[in-house]
Amino acid sequence: MHKITTILFYILGFISIYVQIFFLITFFEKRKTIQYRKEKIKLERYPTITVAVPCWNEQNTVEKTLNSLLELDYPKDKITIIAVDDGSTDETWEVLKKFENHPNIKILKKENGGKHTAVNYAIENSDSEFISCLDADSFVEPETLKRMMTYFLKDENTMAVAPSILIKDPKTMTQTLQQVEYNWAVFMKKVLGMLGGIYVTPGPFSIFRRKVFTDLGLFRKAHNTEDMEIAFRMQKNHYKIDQCNDAYVYTTGPKNIIALYKQRLRWIYGFTMNTYDYRKILFKKEYGFFSLISVPAGFVSMVAVPYILGLLMFQIVKGVIKLVEKYQTVGFDFNFGWSFNMPNFDMFFVNTNAYVITGIILYLLVMSTIVIGKRMITGKYRFDFRIIYFMLVFSFIAPFWVVKAMYNAVFAKKTAWR
Amino acid sequence: MKREQPNDWKKYLIVFLITLFIFATAFYVSNNLNNDKLEEIRKIEDSIAIDILSLETQFDLFEQLSCDNITDSILSKELGELASRIEYGEKNFDSLSEELVGLKKYYSLLQIKDFLLMQKVRERCDLNIESIIYFYGREDCDDCRKQGYVLTDVRQDFPELRVYSFDYYLDVSAIEAIKSIYKINEDLPALIINGKTYKGFQDRAEIEEIMPELAKIREQREAIEAAKIKAEEDEKSMSLEKSNTEEKTQETKNVTEQQ
Repeated sequence: MHKITTILFYILGFISIYVQIFFLITFFEKRKTIQYRKEKIKLERYPTITVAVPCWNEQNTVEKTLNSLLELDYPKDKITIIAVDDGSTDETWEVLKKFENHPNIKILKKENGGKHTAVNYAIENSDSEFISCLDADSFVEPETLKRMMTYFLKDENTMAVAPSILIKDPKTMTQTLQQVEYNWAVFMKKVLGMLGGIYVTPGPFSIFRRKVFTDLGLFRKAHNTEDMEIAFRMQKNHYKIDQCNDAYVYTTGPKNIIALYKQRLRWIYGFTMNTYDYRKILFKKEYGFFSLISVPAGFVSMVAVPYILGLLMFQIVKGVIKLVEKYQTVGFDFNFGWSFNMPNFDMFFVNTNAYVITGIILYLLVMSTIVIGKRMITGKYRFDFRIIYFMLVFSFIAPFWVVKAMYNAVFAKKTAWR
Repeated sequence: MKREQPNDWKKYLIVFLITLFIFATAFYVSNNLNNDKLEEIRKIEDSIAIDILSLETQFDLFEQLSCDNITDSILSKELGELASRIEYGEKNFDSLSEELVGLKKYYSLLQIKDFLLMQKVRERCDLNIESIIYFYGREDCDDCRKQGYVLTDVRQDFPELRVYSFDYYLDVSAIEAIKSIYKINEDLPALIINGKTYKGFQDRAEIEEIMPELAKIREQREAIEAAKIKAEEDEKSMSLEKSNTEEKTQETKNVTEQQ
């Protein structure tokens, strides 16, 4: 490899390994505090909560979303669902009207103004102690709300709790890919929560105390990543965000690579721009882990993961091109296939350079965190071969959206929601 | 609200030290493994040097050494094996490149020695030793890479063909001498076959055309193989006949005994 490429590889590799080890050590330190509740629980108190469901052209999924909310195991007089039609152009409003007379559901309609305006509209029309939001393509499990609520009841300083987000019935290859990735995210978010470093309270069913909005204001547009901006704002004001690993919310992942690409472009662009907007709180001890490691490392890993994995892919592609070139030059050696007249496997030609070894270590660390993430969901340690599939495919496609998002950020090109 | 400070500087430091340790171990292991590989190259070079020296010594000892003693087995076959290892090392041992250049120079000299010796053997003993001298350039020389594939391919089919490959830019005076004798310039790749220089990429068909000896070798080999197969078949049919006869004798014997 070229010298500069190698040096950059080692720097990024060092930071990535540092962060992974930091996370693993934190996990092992505090693993006994992690709960895996399977049984139904009862709360000592059931605070009031409003769930905002912003809808924009969600005629196909919104009914299921609302039904999943109605099935939440929570006293009906304590929960209000406010579905806001954000100027849909399809049949969303007609679907919502079916729930018009439901005692727990309020339906509202407004002109299209973006997701954050729809959620804000719901917040303004509510008076509950807690506020949550559920995208109209996501679904909750009956126990989810209670499990999350325990975090607020246990610690009055907890201002927001994020759930574990999983992919709903992965059907396509792209969705399977995300399923593995989301397992990884469960681990990362849990540890970030332990360290006070969460930088996103995801749209699907994060719960906030009303105090957050009365003290800090409502959601902002924030480069189409309002769920990230609110987390940054909370961290800036020292508001505690936690993660509840055994509260599950299912979301519909993008079905194909193009849709996934667009989603990631929006996330990475949003993360980059929010980091820029909040640059003043970076690398300051008073903001703790969030400012010292979480955001900077998130930023570095955004570059490092595709760089390291992409470099590996580049080597493989280069090898394949050489192989093709060889066969174009001398043709196929037909002896090769059937007589097993292959050159013997020779350890000499196995690449034993330091960058390969550090790359393998990083891969193993990431794999183990995915396995632990899966354990946080299922309660069992099990290696899933899809992890390998995930890492291979991600190596190939992740560099594209990172580079494009960076380009957009630098040249101030906005990313679209869909 | 006061932020919790769950992490003190000690943890940051400990994790830093662990990461440092992992990196140091990775570098240590990698260096050791790559050194082992260099050692392997060195050993092969030594063994080739001994082969060449022993052949030279035989020549010196018996001016009229019987050509019967010089069989293929005495000729060093490890040259080709070494070439691929050195090529790999050049691309991959970033930290050991200086040592590798030394080994490569030594290897080039061994090749020249082998070449001269083989010419002597060929002249005196009238042996079918065919050789190609091949000059290649830097990595960006696409034709050189292709030429390499062709030569490896030809050598696979004709193990008796000796291919001596030289890095045009390697600073060795003996290589400079060959370059000036055969008028090799930067127009690479270049091949020297039977004392004649061929510039530019030569595909397999062209090489076989330049070296009609290869066709002869193939014919000879095919003839030998055909003879071998025939002999095996003869042997098989003979043993079959023999066992048939034995069976018959046994049967006759059994019948006689029963009677």
